[in-house]
Amino acid sequence: MATQLIKGNTAVIIGALYAGCDCFFGYPITPASEILHEASAHFPKVGRKFVQAESEEAAINMVYGAAAAGHRSMTASSGPGISLKQEGISYLAGSELPAVIVDIMRAGPGLGNIGPEQGDYTQVVKGGGHGNFKNIVLAPNSVQEMCDMTIQAFDLSFKYLNPAFVLSDGVLGQMVEPLKFPEKSISPEPDESWAVCGNAETKHNLVSSIFLDFDQLEEFNFQLQEKYDVIQNSEFDYEEYKIKDASIILVSYGISSRICRSAVDVARQDGIEVGLFRPKTLFPFPGKELLELARSRKCTFISVEMSNGQMREDILASIMYSRPVELVNRMGGNIVTLDGVMKKVYEVADREN
Amino acid sequence: MAEKVIKRPDSMYSEFARKGGAAPTATHYCPGCGHGIIHKLIAEAMDELDIQDRSVMISPVGCAVFAYYYFDCGNLQVAHGRAPAVGTGMSRARDDAVVMAYQGDGDLASIGLNETIQTANRGEKVAVFFVNNTVYGMTGGQMAPTTMIGEKTVTCPEGRTAEQAGYPLHMAELLNELKAPVFIERVSVSDIGHIRKAKKAISKALKVQKESKGYAFVEILAACPTNLRQSSEESIRFINNQVEKEFPLKNFRDISDCTVPLFRGASDFSKKSLDNIFNLEKDSSLDSVDTPNFGDIGIKIAGFGGQGVLSMGLMVARAACDEQYHVSWYPSYGPEQRGGTSNCSVVISGEAIGSPIVYEPDILVAFNQPSLEKFASDVKKDGVIIYDSTVGNCDHIIPEGIKSISVPATKIAMDAGSKKGANTAMLGIMLATGRTKLPPEAFNKALDETFINKPKLIPLNKKVLNAAVKWAEKNIK
Ligand SMILES: Cc1ncc(C[n+]2csc(CCOP(=O)(O)OP(=O)(O)O)c2C)c(N)n1
Ligand code: SF4
Repeated sequence: MATQLIKGNTAVIIGALYAGCDCFFGYPITPASEILHEASAHFPKVGRKFVQAESEEAAINMVYGAAAAGHRSMTASSGPGISLKQEGISYLAGSELPAVIVDIMRAGPGLGNIGPEQGDYTQVVKGGGHGNFKNIVLAPNSVQEMCDMTIQAFDLSFKYLNPAFVLSDGVLGQMVEPLKFPEKSISPEPDESWAVCGNAETKHNLVSSIFLDFDQLEEFNFQLQEKYDVIQNSEFDYEEYKIKDASIILVSYGISSRICRSAVDVARQDGIEVGLFRPKTLFPFPGKELLELARSRKCTFISVEMSNGQMREDILASIMYSRPVELVNRMGGNIVTLDGVMKKVYEVADREN
Repeated sequence: MAEKVIKRPDSMYSEFARKGGAAPTATHYCPGCGHGIIHKLIAEAMDELDIQDRSVMISPVGCAVFAYYYFDCGNLQVAHGRAPAVGTGMSRARDDAVVMAYQGDGDLASIGLNETIQTANRGEKVAVFFVNNTVYGMTGGQMAPTTMIGEKTVTCPEGRTAEQAGYPLHMAELLNELKAPVFIERVSVSDIGHIRKAKKAISKALKVQKESKGYAFVEILAACPTNLRQSSEESIRFINNQVEKEFPLKNFRDISDCTVPLFRGASDFSKKSLDNIFNLEKDSSLDSVDTPNFGDIGIKIAGFGGQGVLSMGLMVARAACDEQYHVSWYPSYGPEQRGGTSNCSVVISGEAIGSPIVYEPDILVAFNQPSLEKFASDVKKDGVIIYDSTVGNCDHIIPEGIKSISVPATKIAMDAGSKKGANTAMLGIMLATGRTKLPPEAFNKALDETFINKPKLIPLNKKVLNAAVKWAEKNIK
């Protein structure tokens, strides 16, 4: 086994290479540019294809072209670029094409700044582009997961023929940690049952999102929802930390969840029973598990996120508003602080005693 | 009413099953429309060049959105204006594919202008068929970038004026400014004579693809009798007399004979090649292991950019990684970096690390006064502050009861022969305090790895490290 100290953004490209990603198309934007840089450095070394696109729209449509050929392809960007990609992502979903999109979230709205944020939650987790579609969304919280979840995103996007996101942020992208390199590499073959490869075998295949007939399009939309139900029931993933006896449950993903893990330890030193529930998949959201927690005890949830409480809405809906869900949040490029989380923890603990 | 295409080429379906409906052999185009004729010319050329199996047709958004009803080859339907980008992706993934983008003037010259120019400029292996009918057909006859001055459309009902809408865009001329395209021609399909010439250009563009030579562009003047409210005779006259005047028919470029084929090569998916890229055999540590009683150590290193703040942090992280501890390194970036100061957090732990951001350091290394001022009060009670003595007397900044060490880091490095080694000197001091709980070998190994590409610097930095340790032994009580 091999371990190296690796930066989060680099880990994405390491994951992509071992996952058999053949094509990378991207446009520079801080704090995601390093992914583009790493792709430009390493893809050509193994004959993989790299293009610096003229825009995020062009990049996602290049992805569409390579994905239509059944190849593993990806792009990476940040907030403003993801907004531009949304049209293409809707087309990917409508044409049922597999592709991986990495979002290293920065602070918005508008140009905002290049500091870390989690304000793209809604635009990524709820679909974002036009139409009734969803993305598969994985939320890493370490350099290891930046790599592993990129691989997983390819597997899931091909399993379900659906775009898959790695939703990360500026801190995880910049951070360096030991990375255990993947133990195998994948040599993918295009699935000629649907791909258009420019050969006799696939000559009669069509990649399109058009259904002129209203009933047929409705039928397709229902089929999509059935696919999402299957994904919801079989692909959700989460991590619990000291949750067994917890009466205060922090719910947090990505970099915020790392700060929360420290908060749990600090609170427990003070005798407060705090636990952490970390969704590793945001769609599918592990809502049933949260509901079970809510039903199992008189607990208070605290959603800790670097947005205006976008995930909190999903927590509330999942537990059917049965328990209070407090919010600790920062925005604008500021990172959730240990102090900030602890303040809320003490406040809730005081109130409940 | 639908136009019938007689004598169908093999590369065109004989019945349009994807279209369905009552007339499975009729196209969806209006009578007299240019699209049907152009489809047939493309399909004939595909037959003649024997490229049907290799062909991928990209349908645009516009009246030709259903081009995939007709072409008997691989088909993609794509977003408005993005066909060349999709073509780029397809062509890069499939080196052997013959990729065609079929686009109208709204699609190509308006919403997709950027993709159009950039794809041409990269010289992608794509044949672009650009149908210039001077209007937006599908959406009901609005002005297009190609609408001529004085020409009436539903959005310039009094005729296009330059004041209001500028001038018609000449795409062939525009692209002819670029170096990469291999073939550029403008043709017309107004009548039989013109159609014959058009066929030749279309064939040529596809031959360029067959031979993998690069980008080809054919602009085709065509009729939209429906939106321009013309009879077929009127539309022929309109194209021949007016449109051709604005958009002269011409071969702008054909360098196919002196262009060598472009092959992008096969992808290598072997694990061995990847392991080699990252030098896994030589340059890797053992995996981290849990050692719960190690606890954790938070380190903050801060100073001006260029003082080696970030790389010092990485060296500590390397040492910890080599010792199989959990470790994280996080640099400040963004707004915090303004003013040229930078800092990084390093956490070394026996267990999985929570926050990678160090709020209360066990060790603070400050290279300048602002950093000392900013972080000194955060240091843990039993922590230590190591700062560069060039900062001057800083007793007033050091919180009461906190151990502090003023280090002539630059001098130690200079004396050991290194101008830039102040950060390595600080590393030596940190090592000597024993607070990182990491052995000296780990630091030496970290230096080996840090300067793996500049081997000359390894002995120099080791000298600095040792000098700093000696200084510490003598001066720290
Ligand atoms: C993003 C987006 N904007 C607008 C449209 C609506 N739309 C459909 S076709 C079209 C214009 C097509 O005109 P042109 O490219 O000239 O092709 P023609 O129909 O004349 O062949 C427009 C604006 C769309 N489908 N997508
Ligand atoms: S509207 Fe014009 S371009 Fe469209 S099919 Fe009819 S004639 Fe052709």
